Amino acid sequence: MSQDQRERPDESGGASDPPHQQTRWYAGGQYEPLLSEKRSRTVAVESSLPDDLTRDELTLPALAEPEVSRHYTRLSQMNFGIESGSIPLGSCTMKYNPSFTEDVAAHRGTRVHPLRADADKQGVLHLLYELQETLAAVGGMDAVTLQPPAGAAGEFTGIQVAKAYHEANGSDRSEVIVPESAHGTNFASAAMAGYDVVELPSNENGRVEVDALEAAVGTDTALLMLTNPNTLGLFERSIEEIAAIVHDAGGLLYYDGANLNSLLGKARPGDMGFDIMHFNLHKTFATPHGGGGPGQGPIGVVADLAPFLPTPQVRETDGGYETYEPAHSIGRVHEFVGNWLVLVKAYAYILRHGDEGLETVSETAVLNANYLASRIEYDVPYGPFHHEFVASADADAGDVAKAMLDHGVHPPTTKWPEIVDEALMTEPTETESKARLDDLAAAFNAVAATDPAALAETPTTTTARRIDQASAARNPRLSWHALDAESE
Amino acid sequence: MPYATHSDAERSAMLDAVGVADPDDLFDIPESVRFDGDYGIEARSERATRGAVEGILDESPDLTEFLGGGHYDHYVPSVVDHLSLRSEFLTSYTQYQPEITQGFLQALFEFQSLVVELTGLGVANCSMYDRATALGEAALLADRVRAASGETVLVPDDLPVRVRSVLENYADGPGIAVDTYPTAGGTVDVDALADRVDDDTSMVYAATPNARGVLEPDLDAVGDLAADHDALFCVGSDAVALSVLEPPATYGADVVVGDAGVLGLPTTYGMGLGLFACREAFLRQVPGRLVGASEDDAGNRAYTLTLQTREQHIRRERATSNICTNQAWLALRAAIHAAWLGPGGLVDLAEECVTGIAETCERIDALDGFAAPVYDGHHFREALVDTDAPAADVVDHCRHAGLALRTVDDGGTERLAVCVTDTNRERVDELIDALAGYGGDA
Repeated sequence: MSQDQRERPDESGGASDPPHQQTRWYAGGQYEPLLSEKRSRTVAVESSLPDDLTRDELTLPALAEPEVSRHYTRLSQMNFGIESGSIPLGSCTMKYNPSFTEDVAAHRGTRVHPLRADADKQGVLHLLYELQETLAAVGGMDAVTLQPPAGAAGEFTGIQVAKAYHEANGSDRSEVIVPESAHGTNFASAAMAGYDVVELPSNENGRVEVDALEAAVGTDTALLMLTNPNTLGLFERSIEEIAAIVHDAGGLLYYDGANLNSLLGKARPGDMGFDIMHFNLHKTFATPHGGGGPGQGPIGVVADLAPFLPTPQVRETDGGYETYEPAHSIGRVHEFVGNWLVLVKAYAYILRHGDEGLETVSETAVLNANYLASRIEYDVPYGPFHHEFVASADADAGDVAKAMLDHGVHPPTTKWPEIVDEALMTEPTETESKARLDDLAAAFNAVAATDPAALAETPTTTTARRIDQASAARNPRLSWHALDAESE
Repeated sequence: MPYATHSDAERSAMLDAVGVADPDDLFDIPESVRFDGDYGIEARSERATRGAVEGILDESPDLTEFLGGGHYDHYVPSVVDHLSLRSEFLTSYTQYQPEITQGFLQALFEFQSLVVELTGLGVANCSMYDRATALGEAALLADRVRAASGETVLVPDDLPVRVRSVLENYADGPGIAVDTYPTAGGTVDVDALADRVDDDTSMVYAATPNARGVLEPDLDAVGDLAADHDALFCVGSDAVALSVLEPPATYGADVVVGDAGVLGLPTTYGMGLGLFACREAFLRQVPGRLVGASEDDAGNRAYTLTLQTREQHIRRERATSNICTNQAWLALRAAIHAAWLGPGGLVDLAEECVTGIAETCERIDALDGFAAPVYDGHHFREALVDTDAPAADVVDHCRHAGLALRTVDDGGTERLAVCVTDTNRERVDELIDALAGYGGDA
């Protein structure tokens, strides 16, 4: 372990967090006003361009910098991040994001234009190469492309690679098999790539039903997409048998990397028989989720599929690095290399941890999930689970979530996967302390002990009270222009 | 583990609570697929990690870039970093619980409003990955909404291969064909396009500024051609250019795609912020996240993700797109940058993109051995330059002076490309000196 490692906490891990009241500014039927309501200005566009090319005027908020700063500072105070408190959203891996990676990403050497000649961007190519190789080692894969800009983009890329591979082998296959408990993106990515999606039922243990898989697999099978451990946190123990069934039929096996945080140092998709996988760098390797992105979803493949990867790839030369186009490349899935700064941050995170640190990440993530589950009163119907578990609420899971907000924590993912009634899909991650896990358990249990009728009155400690989702969809108002039009 | 949170005593207590002696006992993984090797990575202190990564990054030389080509550099004011890096923004995730994430939702609503103002269209989503994936999504939208069964998307012959390749991957699933129409004199050849558009055309795409940096003069006519055949008209542009250009909706655009990362995002090796706006009629077919206004139980206006039944986590294989994680934080940064500039500042910035390249072309044109710009018309940020010497030699020569330029295959002719914005304009003198030292007959 590193020489300047901060000490572990001592015996006492700290007390409960104090109750939380979220900041709110409030006046006249709204919280912090829109920028446009604070001060807008219409400027006549005077340009050296001819009139027929230009707009007449532009109307936008016009505020001095101090007012802009206050507006966004207030908005930030009406938001909840991982430094505000626990966010145990299942399958999202909301762990602490080390601050230093932001400073690395701000380093001058990241400010490089992608259209420089290879010789003039050796630093970038070197980092890309090292990250490619490192991810290949973590996944047990032979080749990695970093290009896909998110997990779903990784899925789409992987499916396109599989399609190109099958076509190159003269094999026309029309189906992708996806277990019913899989992430919605699996279904959507397969459909986007033009495949028919075959849904595979789970067995009574929450895992792939091998007999059903055997029945579903055939000469039309292009791909089986699997999350392992699955969204219930369960390892597919029959993975080798599953892989053999798919491979015997000429199909390929795709690994959804959303749950990789439970396998570091313990197992590798490549060793289980997977041919393609994606990594969610923003999950496993702790790059900030940014309120919904940017993420990054590199994919790894076995050697037979490497010639089909997107272009460009990076390889080592005598004393440097160069880009090249794989022999049968599917082309591009992003104009450049996706979210470059996310790649930099993830690489820094990996180097900081090293082998031993990464294995401890997964061990602690799994310990934390199991410890939390042992402390909550809701039923957890399936096990043994790894880094996440799905509890079953005895009330509406959506109401449970709102009530948990009043206990100062972000609730888990709710009502999904549907295989569990009133699901609370919970992933505490490795960076929550025992005290915070106890707080989370206390929040679950306080809500479990609350009269279900009272849950509908929550939340009361958040900036906004319960928000009417139905009317937002029935009467869509998606810009301040729409609000203005309505008030006229 | 550097971010360890448990003391040894706590860890023991937790292991006792779950009834195992070692965390490894919790892993329900068959021995046959257990990993007993190593990745070969040595842990480092924070300081050593920074040294290692920054050392690698420093292997790229410090150059003055005149590159462009889809990734543009504008000065990003300090407030953008300081505000967007507030951890409540940076370390949050998708707003599944809107009551506790009003701040980010409102910022995204304001971003959508900015895009609506710039494009003139009724609906904007809160981001796509980049301009190329946004164009791919537009082609899929056209395929879904068009009444007739046409399945060909027409793109101009100057569309960069990098963008076209992404579009082709998106188009592959539903079997959409991507076909090229010609340009002439640096802009869309409207007559030639008229010969190409037919009832099989589902979408016509044109960009302004186009790949040669020229502002398209006749997009009305392109829009009319598309409309005549019930094809969607998709316009590509960016958030700075649209601050002065005629809003595409006024000349018939059904969809606008492009890059909004020209605001809030400096040169970062091609990271993008895909902009996507369309006519309100296509609302329920829009890809990606949408933030809408609603009310909370206290009767106050509040924001929430809306129309989620379009999305993959609800609609699965019938979703309008597979996109989940997007570029939300970059949308926040673009919104802050735009707020900081205000409408006057945005217009000034755009105007600088017009005058900077025009002046630079004038100076290059005055040099022996160079003609700039190659094409008539008004340019935005970038232009192509004719060189008596091979363009690649000119690029090499400039490189010795610490200047990064590139060549473009312009319909079979290799030409020099030059991009000038507010951040490299003061270095144009160096460019002129370097070019002047490389006379055409050298």
